[in-house]
Amino acid sequence: MKSSVDTNLATRPSESGRVVSLKTPDTVSSTKRIKRSFRQIRAENVFRRTLIIVALAMVALVLGIMLTLIFQSTLSIKSSGLGYLWGKTWDPVRDIFGAYPFILGTLLTSFLALAISIPFSFAVAVFLGEYYPQGWFPNLLKNTVELIAAVPSVIYGFWGLAVLVPIVRSFETKIGVEPVGLGIFTSAIILAIMVIPYAASLGRSMIHMVPSNLKEAAYSLGATRWEVIRSVIFPYTKSGLFAGVLLSLGRALGETMAVTMVIGNTSLIPKSIFAPGNTMASVIANEFTEADHPVYLSALIELGLVLFLVTVVINMVGKRLVGKFTNE
Amino acid sequence: MISMKNNVKYRIGKSTGFQALTILLACSCVVPLIFILIYILQAGLTKINWHFLTNLPKPVGESGGGIANALLGSIIIILVASVIAIPFGILCGIYLSENRKSRLAYWSRLCVDILQGVPSIVIGIVAYFWLVKPLGGFSAISGSVALAIMMLPIIIRSTEETLKLLPDSLREAGFALGLPFHRVVLKVIVPCGISGILSGVMLSVARIAGETAPLLFTAFGNPYMSFNLLKPMQSLPLLIFNYATSPYNDWHDLAWGASCILLIWVLALNIFTKLMTRKWKVQL
Repeated sequence: MKSSVDTNLATRPSESGRVVSLKTPDTVSSTKRIKRSFRQIRAENVFRRTLIIVALAMVALVLGIMLTLIFQSTLSIKSSGLGYLWGKTWDPVRDIFGAYPFILGTLLTSFLALAISIPFSFAVAVFLGEYYPQGWFPNLLKNTVELIAAVPSVIYGFWGLAVLVPIVRSFETKIGVEPVGLGIFTSAIILAIMVIPYAASLGRSMIHMVPSNLKEAAYSLGATRWEVIRSVIFPYTKSGLFAGVLLSLGRALGETMAVTMVIGNTSLIPKSIFAPGNTMASVIANEFTEADHPVYLSALIELGLVLFLVTVVINMVGKRLVGKFTNE
Repeated sequence: MISMKNNVKYRIGKSTGFQALTILLACSCVVPLIFILIYILQAGLTKINWHFLTNLPKPVGESGGGIANALLGSIIIILVASVIAIPFGILCGIYLSENRKSRLAYWSRLCVDILQGVPSIVIGIVAYFWLVKPLGGFSAISGSVALAIMMLPIIIRSTEETLKLLPDSLREAGFALGLPFHRVVLKVIVPCGISGILSGVMLSVARIAGETAPLLFTAFGNPYMSFNLLKPMQSLPLLIFNYATSPYNDWHDLAWGASCILLIWVLALNIFTKLMTRKWKVQL
């Protein structure tokens, strides 16, 4: 910048007044323009680099989450090994950590919730995708169903505790099991309500995409509405509907607060679906701040790691299925 | 002939039956939501008054008291989370929409997908090890970071999807005028897609406003008023969880009032976003 050649191209601001008076206006504007374009190019490079750094940081964030979980649970992985997954006792006092009761609890609540919610979410999907795709009422229904997903889970939990638990308790007295109220069945009902929107909204958009000439061909052969739905729409959208169910499952597995509040929180293996239990997420929520020695803490983090890996796999398979469907 | 007629009748009847069943099941989905709304509004609205909004919770045994600390704490934690997540999310969304086929974009997109499915409690654990342990105690800022991580996927996705839909001619017009890349993006593309980006931001705020699990081991909760980001801070969902699971009726009352406020807040944000997206004709 200090050489005589460069002073023409990039004059320092303090000298510019003197330089202007000596030069014709034309050259001044050209030096300014060159200076400006240098600045622009530099800014452009900075901007491009920032974007790349941000994208890299995104990858680093997820890798970091995974590595943190793995690193923090090594203590537990070393001490219990693979037996951790089917160890039947969870006793922090005696340092025995077996996750089987929680894994069983998670699977029971999630699949029970799915079994309850699937008829409802498929009904919503068919209702909005096939029977009544337009109009004010379907629109209202669609938005209301989406609002189900918006209600905070802690509110579901509180409502469940105050309203659903007494109802379930009286139901349990009627069928003659121990009336606790809190338990796997209650959490499954709450979860079922919470996961309806995920399968429903994906299913709706999949059913929307069924080509109308397929449906018309079936109608022209004399098929009734139900027969079209069963033998054209369902087979065509099979993978999409399945992906919706997977997304619901992913939500149900990881749901923490609502379940923690109504499941009863015991580390015993649940004897029936009406018994209290615990899920992986609810154990973490309950015991994480109480974990007083490293192995205990690390065992809880290993639960988190298992939860993380399972939900990642489920979501990836779901996304793949949707991607395949929309590309065809 | 007669049997065929009967058969047709049977098939039509079956079809109508299933239609009725579908309509019934579909409409009954809404019933629990309406029950919850009515119940919470009934239990909560009577508790809400000026005293409730401007006072601290009273200890067990004294009636009255309010949730001022939780209300302010929630707002502070969400604001800090937004400050962290919004610029990062929008920039990442811009990268993904501008570099659709690069290898980094593929991995980055994959990570966004993964992050979207990660249970919130796991993010709480990670935030605990990243911030709470090094800082030596529970703090509001660690809660904000956990919530910011949860906001990212929604903001990134909506930014990417909105910007992708913009016609290439806009971009090309900018370049043809000799504009550098950053000005094309910041002065042409982002303003054109601002409605979609804003909807994504509002949606993400609505989603994290009710999150409790990531705050359990980060912001932790605090019965007193606190403005210090490095100290534990109360928030609405935490207060509801702690008081709802306590055995005291006075605290249950506080929790009902807080639930009512949280519910109205979250639903209003969601409905507002929906109306805006319809008005702006954004597809999310």
